[in-house]
Amino acid sequence: METYSFLRELADSWALLALTLIFLAVVFWAMRPGSNAIHREAANAIFRNEKQPAGSDEDQRPVKEA
Amino acid sequence: MWDYVKLIVLALIAVLAAIGANYAHDLPYMVNALVVMLAAAITFVWQLRNVGEPSHHPQNEYLDGVVRAGVIATVFWGVVGFLVGVVIAFQLAFPALNLGYMTEGILNFGRLRPLHTSAVIFAFGGNALIMSAFYVVQRTTAARLWGGNLAWFVFWGWQLMIVLAATSYVLGGTQSKEYAETVWYIDWWIVVVWLAFLAVFMGTLIKRKEPHIYVANWFYLSFIVTIAMLHVVNNMALPVSIFSSQSVQVTAGVQDAMVQWWYGHNAVGFFLTAGFLGMMYYFVPKQAEKPVFSYKLSIIHFWALIFLYIWAGPHHLHYTALPDWASTLGMVFSIILWMPSWGGMINGLMTLSGAWDKLRTDPIIRMMVVSVGFYGMSTFEGPMMSIKAVNSLSHYTDWTIGHVHSGALGWNGMITFGALYFLTPRLWNRDGLYSLKLVSWHFWLATIGIVLYASSMWVTGIMEGLMWREVDANGFLVNAFADTVAAKFPMYVVRGLGGAMFLGGALIMAYNLWMTVRAQPAKAPVNANNFVAAE
Repeated sequence: METYSFLRELADSWALLALTLIFLAVVFWAMRPGSNAIHREAANAIFRNEKQPAGSDEDQRPVKEA
Repeated sequence: MWDYVKLIVLALIAVLAAIGANYAHDLPYMVNALVVMLAAAITFVWQLRNVGEPSHHPQNEYLDGVVRAGVIATVFWGVVGFLVGVVIAFQLAFPALNLGYMTEGILNFGRLRPLHTSAVIFAFGGNALIMSAFYVVQRTTAARLWGGNLAWFVFWGWQLMIVLAATSYVLGGTQSKEYAETVWYIDWWIVVVWLAFLAVFMGTLIKRKEPHIYVANWFYLSFIVTIAMLHVVNNMALPVSIFSSQSVQVTAGVQDAMVQWWYGHNAVGFFLTAGFLGMMYYFVPKQAEKPVFSYKLSIIHFWALIFLYIWAGPHHLHYTALPDWASTLGMVFSIILWMPSWGGMINGLMTLSGAWDKLRTDPIIRMMVVSVGFYGMSTFEGPMMSIKAVNSLSHYTDWTIGHVHSGALGWNGMITFGALYFLTPRLWNRDGLYSLKLVSWHFWLATIGIVLYASSMWVTGIMEGLMWREVDANGFLVNAFADTVAAKFPMYVVRGLGGAMFLGGALIMAYNLWMTVRAQPAKAPVNANNFVAAE
């Protein structure tokens, strides 16, 4: 089979299936039970550290543990 | 030591550019070489005066100087780009304005049009994206920008690219690819600057102090990475000579057309959508003082956009030599794109739930809401136009231009204006904006201008589409092409007026931002948001 036909067949079969599954997995990962608290924490990140990087005087949050 | 290496490299660049200007085969190349020589010489002098200066990068302060410079550049290039747009709009209505008999074609529509598109997309939009990315990534990672002065290199490198592109276009330099007109050596320079941008952004993400990477940064990062990939693939070209701006594309024919619109559509998708969505996910919640409506939805929005957008390009090539399956694929993915686009729009708008009263009192939030509304409208219109049956009417007509501008002026323009109004008082440490009344003036001028623009283009686009396909009882075409051109005149004048109103609003914004800084005392030293009192 010539390269073009092979790639085209691959693209609309296995590659399409794999990408769809990865996408569904991502959606499930976002919706997974227990993610609410993490997401609330992340959504509020924009209201912290407005004036200075973390770890300096006015910091309201502990530095990420290494 | 490192300082001397820089001096030697800069001197070498200046000398090589001078040699290039001497041997140049064409005018755009020669002028570009002179600009490079000048830029290298100026940087050389600056570097010479700073030899041995200790570098100062305090990690307990944000690097905001480069963001301030970005705000100024965004406003400046915005006004320039809108002005050129108004000029070419009136050139279409009144061809005498091309001034062909006195400027030898330098100010022809054909040369000013890429100047306009590049100025608004890459100069205005690009500066807005780079500047806001630097601001947002610092605030959401709680870390200073990585790489010392590399962010400044990105800023000045981008301005140099803009000046090179602009001087090249008006002198006839182009590689004839839409939204990628820049000739080969400018393309190489863009790669250098863009990789530096990626390094600064990634470096800051890696040294972040927040455990989670806020979703706005995902959008910014996807924008940077994808644009790098698109730019390199679309600009694969062999220069005719090292001393010429001319080059030959590696791909040809239908492959080249497909690569071009894979690039072209994803430039819309990742430059004008993903990057600006990064702005939306930071500035709208900040201005509303509420976290984003649904963080989960924003994650799904991101991944859906990433998975779908990249396939939509072929809808620019319906009814061409492109294989049918490819154009159908482009159409289908464009239609599926409705879902993430509207999901994102709903997420942005619903962030205001419980704070809708702010729309009455805060013209900045009003601007942002209208911007998100235009995002929704143009991402509805686009998929509709990608349907083959609709496209057979709309393609090659002014409807497309109207669609592009409702997205660019409405969505990109308005969200950028909102971000500029948000940033200026904060970056220069002023109490607030000079005048909210002027923001309202800007808002209404811009909104009415867009409405005039979009509606006149709908009328003229659908009219010319219908006139082109009109046949008489015997199957002969009824209208000559020139008939459609004559019929479009009133709509072209209305479009020009709409553009002039949008430009007027931007000038009011420039005045307002200028006075915000000049007419008000700083609350503390300008760098005070970084300022740590010495105890």
